[in-house]
Amino acid sequence: MKDQSILTCALNWLDERFPLTKVWRGAMTDYYAPKNFNIWYFFGSLALVVLVLQILTGIFLTMNYKPDANLAFGSVEYIMRDVEWGWLIRYLHSTGASAFFVVVYLHMFRALLYGSFKQPRELLWIFGMLIYLTLMGEAFFGYLLPWGQMSYWGAQVIINLFGSVPFIGEDLAVWIRGDYVVSDITLNRFFALHVIALPLALLGLVVAHLVALREVGSNNPDGIEIKKTKSKSGIPLDGIPFHPYYTVKDIFGVAVFLLVFAVIVFFIPEMGGYFLEHANFIPADNLKTPEHIAPLWYFTPFYSILRAIPPMFQSQFPGVLAMGVAVVILFFLPWIDRNPVKSIRYRSAAYKWLLVVFVISFIGLGYLGTKPADGIRPLLARIYTVGYFGFFIALYFISKNEKYKIVPDRVTYK
Amino acid sequence: MKTLFLILGLLLPAAGLASDSGFPMEKAKVDRADKASLQRGAKYFVNYCMGCHSLQHLRYNRLAEDLGLNEELVRENLIFTHDDEGAPTKIGDTMKIAMDHWYGKTAFGTLPPDLTLVTRWRNPDWVYNYLRGFYLDETKQWGVNNVMFPNVGMPHVLWELQGWQKPVYEDRVDQHGNSHKVLVKLELAEPGTMTAAEFDRVALDITNFLAYAAEPARQMRHLVGFWVLFFLLILTGVAYLLKNEYWRDVK
Repeated sequence: MKDQSILTCALNWLDERFPLTKVWRGAMTDYYAPKNFNIWYFFGSLALVVLVLQILTGIFLTMNYKPDANLAFGSVEYIMRDVEWGWLIRYLHSTGASAFFVVVYLHMFRALLYGSFKQPRELLWIFGMLIYLTLMGEAFFGYLLPWGQMSYWGAQVIINLFGSVPFIGEDLAVWIRGDYVVSDITLNRFFALHVIALPLALLGLVVAHLVALREVGSNNPDGIEIKKTKSKSGIPLDGIPFHPYYTVKDIFGVAVFLLVFAVIVFFIPEMGGYFLEHANFIPADNLKTPEHIAPLWYFTPFYSILRAIPPMFQSQFPGVLAMGVAVVILFFLPWIDRNPVKSIRYRSAAYKWLLVVFVISFIGLGYLGTKPADGIRPLLARIYTVGYFGFFIALYFISKNEKYKIVPDRVTYK
Repeated sequence: MKTLFLILGLLLPAAGLASDSGFPMEKAKVDRADKASLQRGAKYFVNYCMGCHSLQHLRYNRLAEDLGLNEELVRENLIFTHDDEGAPTKIGDTMKIAMDHWYGKTAFGTLPPDLTLVTRWRNPDWVYNYLRGFYLDETKQWGVNNVMFPNVGMPHVLWELQGWQKPVYEDRVDQHGNSHKVLVKLELAEPGTMTAAEFDRVALDITNFLAYAAEPARQMRHLVGFWVLFFLLILTGVAYLLKNEYWRDVK
């Protein structure tokens, strides 16, 4: 006891009462990750960084924001002008929202490239999808808070979608709004959901996602289970301790991310109207419907699918249903893709082409969703919608008997 | 894999920009660092616009500080309103107006909007062209119309300076073979106290001032941004070297 420093003593005291060292070792220094991660593997840690950023900036915004239909818009401008560094906090938060989706979309695409959702990582994928779903809710509720024209009419349009559900639709929409139109009541409840309910759910799901990841271990660009080839002492031969190797690598990734992020925050925070819509600099007016109502870019692929499906039986519901299915179908990816080979590196040309179609459809839908539906755009949107759903349907059939290359036993590194 | 991304890049839909207004718009050479222009813009705005349009998110003392005016000067030359108790509006107050909503609505059909953020929900070019774009139109309540804002409910407030413009139409045939009268330019019908160049300067000064008012922190944002990027570049370099140092033994 004599030779030990105070810090070691404190740590020992703690460890006897709380599994601090044990958890740190299990999750960081004794957790072996494949050594062949490439650039696609930065986006998980980046998503965590953005989550922390959103929570921190969100706390400071809440200190000055007023969830009141008469005061909300003015309080945001108050933050932009009178609160010390308020403009920075607000731009960090608004840019962070879009950055969150950029990072999450790339993170999800990584899973498509390397089959990270496949056995034994189905639950990990489902937790991830739940995070994505919660994030969509979080973004939707948060977007009402500045109480600009787009906040107001965007919320109005999206809530009305629920109104198209057969039989219970109207009651459902009123139940969500708490009123017959979007109003102060709606603003108050959206505020509660945005700052308390969904962040709590998000944090819980992120913990579940990470715990599940530590249990099954990370996939890698070769889609090989590194746990299959272990040394005599039980360490995966292709694995390296997460800490310090991936912590220092992720610090570099975070620095590069922040560089890009800072360029946007400080020099182009509106991002040409894609991150902060121009029409949202007018206070909400329930008597003036804007000519063109567009959701923010991260919702536009699904919004396009909604618009692409024509009304049937005098109801918008088929479109709403298609939009819902477009999101929900992702949950079932582990069972839609029946091929045991994970990585695109060893899969057939057919799969690669399907993925190309999927990406073009998704981005095409996203682009069209930001534009009014006129000219050839509705037709294009329908083609892309077929491409989007076609990916899953075709994948289900081709993946069963797909010809693939021989997967090596060990990962390829340099 | 690389060809995959190449194909993706080629097939993605190109994002094109289309302008929606047919009337040729001139670019406003906005320079928020030009303090003399901002000061003139503030003067014109207070004298010509602020009877009806507030800047309810901008404070007089913030304006004084950012435009390099002393507060005494602002109090004497820019503050004409009173608070609820009848005392002159305080320097720390925002730039509100005296006109009440009922009067605004009955006189103009719609309440003249607050203009603090006008250059952000439209854009500086729009404001510049709007200010220069009034022309005679007998059918309208105030005898004028505007090229940027058809059927606008606002009178030509700057007529003394600019004079009156009359519209010049041209017959154009559209793709269906129908001919339309299209407004192509404005001609000075009756001169004002200023030349066209002098008036353009006034329009630009007001636009400049409104562009400043929409985001007073903008200059600060750029300044801080420069230092943040400088720091992040160093951090990125150090992080890269640190990563390489750790990863040397990974084979």
